[in-house]
Amino acid sequence: MKKTTKPAFTWRRVTENRLFFPILALSLILLFDFIFIPGFFAIENRDGDLRGSLIDIFRNGSTVMLLAIGMTLVIATGGVDLSVGATMAIAASVAGILMNPSALKNEVFFVTDPNYTFQPLWLVIVSALIIATVCGLWNGILVAYMRIQPMVATLILMISGRGIAQLITNGLRVQITYRPYAFIGQGWIILPFSLYLVAIVLTITWIMTRKTAIGMFIESVGINFRSSYFSGIDEKKIKLLVYTFCGFCAGIAGLVASSNVRTSDASNIGLTTELDAILAVVIGGTSMSGGRFSLLASMIGALVMQAITQSMYAIGVPAFALQAIKAVVVILVILLYSEQVRGFVRNITAPKKEV
Amino acid sequence: MAETDQIILTMEGISKAFPGVQALEDVSLTLKKGEILCLVGENGAGKSTLMKILTGVDQPDSGRIIFDGKEIQAKSPQHAQSLGISTVYQEINLCTNLTVAENILLGREPHKMGRIDWAKTNALANETLQRLLGVDIDVAKPLGSYTVAIQQMVAIARALYVESAKILILDEPTSSLDENETAQLFKVMKKLKATGVGVVFITHFIGQIYEISDRITVLRNGKLVGTYETASITRVSLISKMIGRSLAEFDEMTKIKLESSKHIKSDALLQAREFGLTGSIQPFDLDLHAGEVVGLAGLLGSGRTETASILFGVEKPDTGSLSMNGNMVQDHSPLGSIKRGVALCPEDRKAAGIVDDLTVRENIVLAMQANKGWFQYLSLPEQYEIAEKYIELLSIATPSADQPVKNLSGGNQQKVILARWLATNPQVLILDEPTRGIDVGTKAEIQKLVLSLAEEGKACVFISSELEEVLRTSHRIIVLRDREKVAEFSGEIDENTIIHAIAGSEA
Repeated sequence: MKKTTKPAFTWRRVTENRLFFPILALSLILLFDFIFIPGFFAIENRDGDLRGSLIDIFRNGSTVMLLAIGMTLVIATGGVDLSVGATMAIAASVAGILMNPSALKNEVFFVTDPNYTFQPLWLVIVSALIIATVCGLWNGILVAYMRIQPMVATLILMISGRGIAQLITNGLRVQITYRPYAFIGQGWIILPFSLYLVAIVLTITWIMTRKTAIGMFIESVGINFRSSYFSGIDEKKIKLLVYTFCGFCAGIAGLVASSNVRTSDASNIGLTTELDAILAVVIGGTSMSGGRFSLLASMIGALVMQAITQSMYAIGVPAFALQAIKAVVVILVILLYSEQVRGFVRNITAPKKEV
Repeated sequence: MAETDQIILTMEGISKAFPGVQALEDVSLTLKKGEILCLVGENGAGKSTLMKILTGVDQPDSGRIIFDGKEIQAKSPQHAQSLGISTVYQEINLCTNLTVAENILLGREPHKMGRIDWAKTNALANETLQRLLGVDIDVAKPLGSYTVAIQQMVAIARALYVESAKILILDEPTSSLDENETAQLFKVMKKLKATGVGVVFITHFIGQIYEISDRITVLRNGKLVGTYETASITRVSLISKMIGRSLAEFDEMTKIKLESSKHIKSDALLQAREFGLTGSIQPFDLDLHAGEVVGLAGLLGSGRTETASILFGVEKPDTGSLSMNGNMVQDHSPLGSIKRGVALCPEDRKAAGIVDDLTVRENIVLAMQANKGWFQYLSLPEQYEIAEKYIELLSIATPSADQPVKNLSGGNQQKVILARWLATNPQVLILDEPTRGIDVGTKAEIQKLVLSLAEEGKACVFISSELEEVLRTSHRIIVLRDREKVAEFSGEIDENTIIHAIAGSEA
């Protein structure tokens, strides 16, 4: 039977918890916001829906959170998926064209009726998700069965994916006016609807990885795939599964993103979000070389990324400078993780906080 | 005094412990000027640790090194090199896309007007190669366009050019060379010898030892066995020194063994016929009976590990057949093997055994869970129950089942892997070097465990580079040489017979 003696509560145990650093990073950013941005934490109740800057961080962060769920599993196997942004665009294009196929006929007319859709909503969503899942499957086959390095294998779809998305929409930006679709990214049921999507996907993924053996196998493959193979684990199937699932998550993120901007814009939807997702996972403490992962920590990592963006906008940093500043903040956060830096801080042995 | 003048290097009483294992214990070695000394021993004997201490990669726990009359302690390979101790490693670490001359003089090219003087660089490189090694090649061509042997020589030239090296260490330089290339390398070694350089040559090819060396230093299990004049030691006695034959007294083990041999079933559990893989192991026949321990003996590279991995399905065979309980085996894969009740403790514990960041509990249930599949997940209480059971059964020293396995000592890691396989309840257990790098007490424990498993009705294959150990535990011994099964012994097994079988032609 399980023999656990409740470990003593010590500062060291707290800092060794893998959620400690992501939460510390998020707290520091929010502390910055609290001091410098008046009203940042204000939440108002508008017709029963909660709104405010804090809620916006969650809402705008939901695409990266969705991506980070799939990305966490991929990175835990020691891989990486660069194509999630392109997959988002493909899913958005499929959804757009199924609701508003005018672009295919080269007819330039505007659908303005918020109740018009060419295909029913369920078919739109299911088709987009299936196509996105196939994109993930493709990556999985390349990585697991063709033995192509993950970065190269997913780079193929990263580059070609936007082209595919443009082909689907005949190179046009498809306006999406159908109101029920807009609800995916813009709807509120007390909290933003996209947050419920994140919660559902997160729960399913948690059950899938922690209530079956899959999570342990993913970690085992990521740490030492040779030992795993000797122990009878089919690492190819595990890799196929995580890349396929990552594509599925990217599909949902694509739906959310396109619903948000009411357009299926093949060249802009999900642009560079793959990097945000990867950073979210890294901030969450999962090693890029694979191994132990924590979905919750990745979610906090995604929030850190979004909180940085949001805070910069709020204090008036222009959009073009944002990337540079984000980079600086990310470097600071990553430095917190470095064993060398931690050791250095420990050596100073000052009682002050590690920042 | 003439004798001592000749000695360029003395290593005295060198000891070095790594966590969980005593890598070297009171080892001494001398090297004379203009001498080729072979350093031999099986894997884990301590050859590379000893050389790493000499070249400053590792620091010894005790002992002293006297080089050229002065006591030294190299702090890093660079430091050792500046003292005059150069090393050429097994894997050539040069840049194949640069020219031969660039490789030899990298970082110390002659300059003219702030730019590299290529003409002089090439001339210097050419001169170095010819003068030191007697090799005449076009030094302006990329290194990659030459054979591995030439690349090896360039590595030697670089090592010698650096400082006027007085000692050259060659760490298994011939493992990737063919016969002609080896002959070429040997010519160079003889030339170096004539110029008074002391050469330490590490190899596991017995033939080469006799061809080139003046003296041989044998290590076993981190201890010095002895140093011998090559001319005065026969192959058979050299091999017996390498693999050990301190005549095993009729100890407890032998009694247990005799007792357990009564339980051997007559029907074969696992049967291999003409089973083999080209380039890995010649086709062989093998019968494994329930209740039996079969030992595989042979030198490093004789095909011991290859036999294990083909039986377990890590490598797929290309000839012959394998049957288990009379059923023909179709699925040659680790998972297939686990399903039919075959287990393998692999030779390389770090690379193919433990999953270091996972906990002891996870490592133990891993193979069992792989057998059950993705969805029949063992619940946490079940996992703890299994883990605790084996921690107790094998007395694995760990603070808890939740300890990452990388924090355990080598012997305990090995027990965790054993536990992983015992948890799958196998009928056939293949143990490839289960006692390598672990302390004597744990070794005896594992040997006893193997016998008691056989008594429970399992069939075990026991592989070890220590003949003594194989003799102690096995009811039957199969001898491998040059990737081929050459002999099989059962009943009263005489060590000398086996040593002769291992050594081959020369009796």
